[in-house]
Amino acid sequence: MEEKDIYSELSSIRNLMERSTKFISLSGLSGVMAGIYALIGAYLGCQIIKSSDIWDTGEVMSFHLGQEKILQLFLIATLVLVLSLTTGVWLTIRQANKKGESSWNPVSRRLLFNMAIPLFTGGLFILILIFRGDFALIAPSSLLFYGLALVAGSSYTFSDVKWLGFCEIFLGLFSALLPGYEIIFWALGFGVLHILYGAIMHFKYNQ
Amino acid sequence: MKIFDQFDKAFENRLRLQIMSVLVANEYYDFNSLKELLEVTDGNLASHLKALEKEEYIIISKSFIGRKPNTQYAASLLGKQAFKKHLEALENLIKQQK
Repeated sequence: MEEKDIYSELSSIRNLMERSTKFISLSGLSGVMAGIYALIGAYLGCQIIKSSDIWDTGEVMSFHLGQEKILQLFLIATLVLVLSLTTGVWLTIRQANKKGESSWNPVSRRLLFNMAIPLFTGGLFILILIFRGDFALIAPSSLLFYGLALVAGSSYTFSDVKWLGFCEIFLGLFSALLPGYEIIFWALGFGVLHILYGAIMHFKYNQ
Repeated sequence: MKIFDQFDKAFENRLRLQIMSVLVANEYYDFNSLKELLEVTDGNLASHLKALEKEEYIIISKSFIGRKPNTQYAASLLGKQAFKKHLEALENLIKQQK
């Protein structure tokens, strides 16, 4: 056996171990798109809040918004979520096909399952908050549970995802600490961070 | 050379070594996903899995999803040890040549 053969053998083992445990077809571009949707959503949200007269009083806005406005904000957030997910799934499948990989394999299943637990818990928790009329903690919770989902899923994909997760958790905690700035933290977490992360991933792995 | 004695005969075939590396890195893996990942034919994969099974390097568990059979493969403790030893032998060979 030649030295060259051993190296190629070792690198093929390494490659297989990595490919069989990590899903690497996540698209950076979908992160950028999700970030843009979120920023547009946050902008629209700001307009809605500004259009209500309580904006000027400087009080914590969450408690004074009317039912109708809350519903509008909720619809925007849901729309951002649905659009981001659709774009993400679509671009990921496209990327996997381009690499000749299947997008539905044991690793992607594990990735989804591990992310789904915190995400569904968070989703239900936020619905409960809405039913109870506790609007103040909705934005912080969405950041927190999303961050936890990323950290949970990160062992099955690029480890960079873990850092995005930590940043989201950090922003979520700060947002809970500073009531009244929810939309700003939300825009930072879901908008700016996603664009930043997506761009980094795109240039790091796509070229 | 003595070092060649340390190589595991079961891993002489490249595909078997590849199967083993996937199973060592994962808790378990199913037949179709292995086939897709390694880009091999059914028959080829099955015969090498059988060989590894005969060495008791892998554990097979069969179940059904609906009516379709679903076979999961996992590395046994013996298989993991053999894999590790084989890698060490490769490493030693590199060291010796340097």
